[in-house]
Amino acid sequence: MIEGTYKKGVVILSNFITDNQGVKRYLVTIKVNGMEYTKVVKANTLLVNFLREELDLTGTKKGCELGDCGSCTVLLNDKPVNSCLILAIEADGMSVTTIEGVASTSNMDIIQDKFLEYGAIQCGYCSAGMILSAKALLTKNPKPTEDEVRGAISGNLCRCTGYINIIKAIMAASGQEVSN
Amino acid sequence: MDGVRYPKENNLYKKKEHTQIGQSKPRIDGVVKATGAGRYCGDLKFPNMLYGKMLTSPHAHAKILSIDTSDAEKIPGVVKIITHKDVPSLKYGLSPARWDENVLCIDKVRFVGDKVAAVACVDEETCYKALKAIKVEYEVLPAVLDYRTAMNEDMPQIHEEYANNINTEIHHVFGDPDEAFANAYHVRTDVFEGQRTYQCPIEPHSAISIWKDDKLTVYSSTQSVHYFQYYIAREFGLKMGDVRVIKPLVGGGFGGKLEPTGLEYNGSVLSKLTGRPVKMFYDRAEMFAHNRGRHQGHYEVSTAVDKDGKILGLKVNFLLDGGAYTSLGIATAYYSGGLLPLTYDFDNYQFDLMRMYTNLPACGAQRGHGAPQPKYALESHLDNVARDLGIDPLELRKRNARKPYTNTCNGMGIQTCYLTEALEKLEEITDWKEKKEKGLPKGRGIGMATGSFVTGAGYPIYRNDYPSSSCMLRVNEDGTSATLYSNAMDIGQGSDTVLCQMAAEAMGYRYENMKIVTGDTEVAPLDFGAYSSRQTAYCGWTVKRAGEEIKAKILETAGFMMHIPPEDLECEEGIIYSKSRPKVTPITFEEAAKKYFIIKGPLVATGVYTVPRLGGYHKGAAVATSPCYSFCTQAAEVQIDEETGEIEVLHAWDVHDAGQIINPALMKGQVHGAFGMGVSETIWEEVVFNNNGKIMNADVGGYRIITAQDMPNFTNDLIKSNDEPATPWGLKEIGEGSNNPTMGAVRNAIYDAIGVNISTLPLSFEKVWRAIKEKKEQEQISE
Repeated sequence: MIEGTYKKGVVILSNFITDNQGVKRYLVTIKVNGMEYTKVVKANTLLVNFLREELDLTGTKKGCELGDCGSCTVLLNDKPVNSCLILAIEADGMSVTTIEGVASTSNMDIIQDKFLEYGAIQCGYCSAGMILSAKALLTKNPKPTEDEVRGAISGNLCRCTGYINIIKAIMAASGQEVSN
Repeated sequence: MDGVRYPKENNLYKKKEHTQIGQSKPRIDGVVKATGAGRYCGDLKFPNMLYGKMLTSPHAHAKILSIDTSDAEKIPGVVKIITHKDVPSLKYGLSPARWDENVLCIDKVRFVGDKVAAVACVDEETCYKALKAIKVEYEVLPAVLDYRTAMNEDMPQIHEEYANNINTEIHHVFGDPDEAFANAYHVRTDVFEGQRTYQCPIEPHSAISIWKDDKLTVYSSTQSVHYFQYYIAREFGLKMGDVRVIKPLVGGGFGGKLEPTGLEYNGSVLSKLTGRPVKMFYDRAEMFAHNRGRHQGHYEVSTAVDKDGKILGLKVNFLLDGGAYTSLGIATAYYSGGLLPLTYDFDNYQFDLMRMYTNLPACGAQRGHGAPQPKYALESHLDNVARDLGIDPLELRKRNARKPYTNTCNGMGIQTCYLTEALEKLEEITDWKEKKEKGLPKGRGIGMATGSFVTGAGYPIYRNDYPSSSCMLRVNEDGTSATLYSNAMDIGQGSDTVLCQMAAEAMGYRYENMKIVTGDTEVAPLDFGAYSSRQTAYCGWTVKRAGEEIKAKILETAGFMMHIPPEDLECEEGIIYSKSRPKVTPITFEEAAKKYFIIKGPLVATGVYTVPRLGGYHKGAAVATSPCYSFCTQAAEVQIDEETGEIEVLHAWDVHDAGQIINPALMKGQVHGAFGMGVSETIWEEVVFNNNGKIMNADVGGYRIITAQDMPNFTNDLIKSNDEPATPWGLKEIGEGSNNPTMGAVRNAIYDAIGVNISTLPLSFEKVWRAIKEKKEQEQISE
């Protein structure tokens, strides 16, 4: 964890080095899918780029880089966030779950199983974010209503499926009956 | 053999109709997509790779006076900067009749976002620094921003070759529409206007070009490796064989990824000049600028009917905004009117159209190619006609519905058609009659429309005499798996899955043992790719033929092994048994395949499909031809909040004549997705420009697409059949016909709810609110 000083609500990280062009780089330690990674990043490095470029965890997708599409959703301390709106230095000392951390080595999560069973995946580009939003919902609310499911994934845009099979898959993953 | 259970009694083997198709098998790419392991083009990295970006025009129409890259070149990390001097000047495009685009603009720019220069740098951040430091001097020209006045004499000329900014002009007359109109009981004319929409796949385009020695390899998020290979080779004067195009996973296309972009062309040049792999990509705003989305249009529709509502003739006059370049727009133009006669039977048709050049991003083929907005106009108009005549709108459709084994007046040959049955079923499952007789609660309305689409375009995009589709199948040495090599493009719709199901069905094998290698021009044989809803049918024929050849070879070997003539053998789900002698012990596909390899070597087969010659001989007759057409009808029920104009789509129904269903879960997903896109285009989507031709909402926050909270509950229904002769197993397309009726159905439901016509898309909450307000004001005046 970087030691920092706080000034007017802004965290000022003291643990940096400066390159020959005067750009500061910060040492951050982020726990990703249960493993701690310590890396040197620029202040403007987005969490999504940290995951994709530094750790090669390309399961987290970039669709808009504006926080509109939800493709880059990851769990930051178990809460779903758009990782394109978070700086890597903001995540310092925190724990991140990406899609690569959802399935154990041998088994897929029940949400992933149900996504396959209900035909909830087409191009797959939104799937990682969708599954993580669903996971955050079901952790907090194991028996959501259909409206709650719709609400939980309303920030995850999908252009292929019309959402219906995704909603069914999440309802089924929560153990509730779904008409198919 | 492990995993194979011999049944106790062999006579259990009675040939089932199908064992691998007609079932919701899990997607073959499902696990990699669900676990994040799948790689899309943007996920790929190569050693020594550079990052590239393009500098684009800030002006809608301007002369390029000078480009100064000297400051940018001095920035550390900038490896190469190119302008038009460094790239071929050969014009390219997609519709061959109008190749009008340059790799980098030479003399002038034609829309905000036109390509001016390109950079290759060590990282993305340096690219943006370099782009900022390039100095371009422009002489701003007056721009053509409104397609409705683009042809006026005083408007600036966008392309010198095309007078009055007319890109395409169509004047088709079939039968004698004037006479039909003169003798009609009733004639009505309506005018509708569509808006510009964008495919908006969630995956942004990207491309990685690697030009080493004389060979160019391009990884791209593409809908067609073949068209990319052809057009890239053509641009650089390379042999097709020296251009390898590879498609990783693709995150949706909907028509927008069918043609090579500046990413592939400029990336290739940058790679050649630097000797390094170059990755280029669009951000969301650049995707909107590149566009190739749905044309906006002005649609005048006139119908002549008899007193029973039978359509005697149709006259349509369309004006389309094509944007700055042609893209696939000529085909779009012909599709706009070419597909309209499909769902209704009439003999007299006049179709006039002009596609205009404007200084806006180019439009192209978006899901339903050219048809959805004209169909919206026709279906909205037919509801108006029905109201004039006092006929129920669904009844009017039934009276005019296309019949099987007929020809449309513009020369499209229909084989099977279950539209009448679909309409009857829709009437039943929506409780249509009851809702119409008893009426719905205040603010609620129900509407319906019909749809149809080609199951594959009859002709390729550029003229050639290649077959439409081809594939190879190889059973692996010990028989425990079979690999399909196909350049069918799975861009999310599920073609890899359904093709493997069909291959397994034809071989008498199991889907679960299938592997697939796709999207590589150097590995799999030619296929034109994912567009015009062609793959399940065309590539389906090829895998069926290859699979049947494999099966014949397997049975011949099994006959030798079992001492039974091959013609007495059947192979089903990997079990080979005697049809006449049930007591003979069956052997497995694996055993026979392994034996074949030992005796004869690799067990391979190829399949090929060529579309028979279709259509008439008039200009443009090729467009809208297809060996087979799907039919469907949809209904939507909406609730309007009269205070706010908010529209809630409560429920939607789709009844489809889609022939033999290969994978029901994927089929439903296609219908949901198409309907969702259709609703989204009807109510929310619109690319908005400012007075300088710059897009004001080039992001998915401002460009509102449907969310999980907007999608209605949905009922899928089918008219089951398997007698379509033109396709393998009698299947039909599902991906594009499914959004053919949507806009009309939703519009008709909104009209039913508020009783006011809104003639311009999208039917936004604001427009609905205004329409209700104006209606109330009118009512107060008349009181």
